[in-house]
Amino acid sequence: MGELSVNHLLGIKYLKESDIQLIFETADHFKEVINRSIKKVPSLRDITIANIFFENSTRTKLSFELAEKRLSADVLNFSASQSSVKKGETLIDTVNNILSMKVDMVVMRHPNPGAGIFLSKHVKASIVNAGDGAHEHPTQALLDSYSIREKLGDVAGKNVVIVGDILHSRVALSNIFALKLQGANVKVCGPKTLIPKHIESLGVQVEMNLRKALEWCDVANMLRIQNERLDISYFPTTREYTQQFGVNKNLLDSLGKEIVIMHPGPINRGVEITSDVADSKQSIILNQVENGVAIRMAVIYLLASKIKQ
Amino acid sequence: MGQKVLLSSKEINIILHRLACQLLENHEDFKNTVLIGIQPRGIYVAQRLAKILSEEYKVKHIDLGFLDITFYRDDFRRGDKPLEATKTKINFLVEDKKVVLIDDVLYTGRSINAALTALQSFGRPSEVELLTLIDRRFSRHLPIQPNYRGRQVDAIDDEKVKVMWEENDGEDIIYLINR
Repeated sequence: MGELSVNHLLGIKYLKESDIQLIFETADHFKEVINRSIKKVPSLRDITIANIFFENSTRTKLSFELAEKRLSADVLNFSASQSSVKKGETLIDTVNNILSMKVDMVVMRHPNPGAGIFLSKHVKASIVNAGDGAHEHPTQALLDSYSIREKLGDVAGKNVVIVGDILHSRVALSNIFALKLQGANVKVCGPKTLIPKHIESLGVQVEMNLRKALEWCDVANMLRIQNERLDISYFPTTREYTQQFGVNKNLLDSLGKEIVIMHPGPINRGVEITSDVADSKQSIILNQVENGVAIRMAVIYLLASKIKQ
Repeated sequence: MGQKVLLSSKEINIILHRLACQLLENHEDFKNTVLIGIQPRGIYVAQRLAKILSEEYKVKHIDLGFLDITFYRDDFRRGDKPLEATKTKINFLVEDKKVVLIDDVLYTGRSINAALTALQSFGRPSEVELLTLIDRRFSRHLPIQPNYRGRQVDAIDDEKVKVMWEENDGEDIIYLINR
C-alpha cells in the first residue's frame, strides 16, 4: 500500500489511476470493518475534522460524518445557514477561524465551482471537496466506480451511460473523469438542452436515444433532475422528460440483457426511474450508500496519514 | 549486512510441534478456544499450528482467524512509510472464548497491544493468551509477555529477526540479520 499523490481531494481530475486503486483497496478493508458488530477503529483519534456545508446535504453529510466517527476522529459540523457567513464573513476568514481551533481537515460543500481549490491554496489543512457547484463531487464518483467494481469485478472496459441532467451535474463530471481514468467507455444521454456543448472533448459520446444507450451499456447511472438548479425551462414538462429519459421495468425487461442501475440519490421516484426499477435486483442504489461510508473512510484515512505530526 | 541462521527448518518443525503440544495441554479439544494469527506474518505460524493440531493430534474442529491490526496501531502518522493494511478474516465471535493470539516475533509488544485493542471489536473473550515463535528478550516497550514461546533470543535494536516460510518465501528458516 502506498501513498496518495495528493494532499487534498479536490476533484478526480487531480488524481492518478494508482490513487483510485489505492483508495479502493483501502476501502475494501474498511468495508469489512463497518460490517463488524463493533464498527469502529481508533486510527484517527488525534485528528479533528470540520464538515463545512454551505449548501444543503443529507446523505453526503451523514456519510462523511459517519466515516469520520468510524475512524474515531473528532468531528465539528457547520452549516452556513446558521453561521456568521450570513453576517458577511469571507470564506477564508470563516475557515481560518475554524482552523485556529486546531482542526486538521476540512470537508467542504460549496455552491461555487472551485471553492475547494481556492481554499486549499489559502489555508493550512487537508481539504476534501464534498461537492463544489456544478464542478466536481469526487467521493460520489469514487463510490460509484467502487460499486461497479464490486458488482462487475472491474471498471476497465465496461460500458457506462450517464443519463439525465449532465449540464448541472457535478456527479456526472466527476464520474466521467473517474471512469475514463479507469479505462471504461462512457456515453451521456439526456435532453439536448442538458448536455453541455463540446462534452465529446472529455472522451465521451453523446446518445440522444435512451433505448439505444441502454442496449449498449453494462451500467446506467441515472441522475436526478435537479429542479433547484434549473433556472430556465430546459424541457417542456417533467412528464415528457419521463417519457423520453425515464427508465421503467418494461423498458428494462425488453433489453434482452441485465444491466446495472445506479442512482446517486435522492431519487425522484417516477421521474428518472420508476419504483419497481429502483427496488429491483438490478439496482445497486443502496449498495452505493453503504460503499459511500467505506470510500469516505478510505479517503479520510489516506489523507490523514499525510498530515505531519 | 551480515546474517546468521537462528533456526533451521528442522528446528522450526520441532518447536512448532512442542508449541502444539503445549496448546493441547491447556486447551484439550479446542471447543472453547480460538486461534488468531496476527497479520501479516503471524498467520503462517497460526496455520501451521492448526494443521499440526488437526492432522497429527486429531483435533476435530479448530476456529482459526486472521487479525489485521493496521488501524489500531499507535504509530499512525509517526513513521516515514505509510502503514499497509491486510485482510481480517474472523468468521466467529470471540465472546466468552479463550483466545490464543499468535505472532512470529515478539519485539516491543506494541503490535500485541494493538491486537488486544482490535480484538475488542469481535467480542469479550474470557481469556487471552499469547503465543510467539521468537521472543526478543529485553526489548519490550510495554509490559507484555508470551504464554508460549518458541525460542528466546537476545538481539540488539540494530538487528532484525527475519522469519521465512516455505509457502511464502520458498523455505522454512529464521535469520538474525545485522543491519
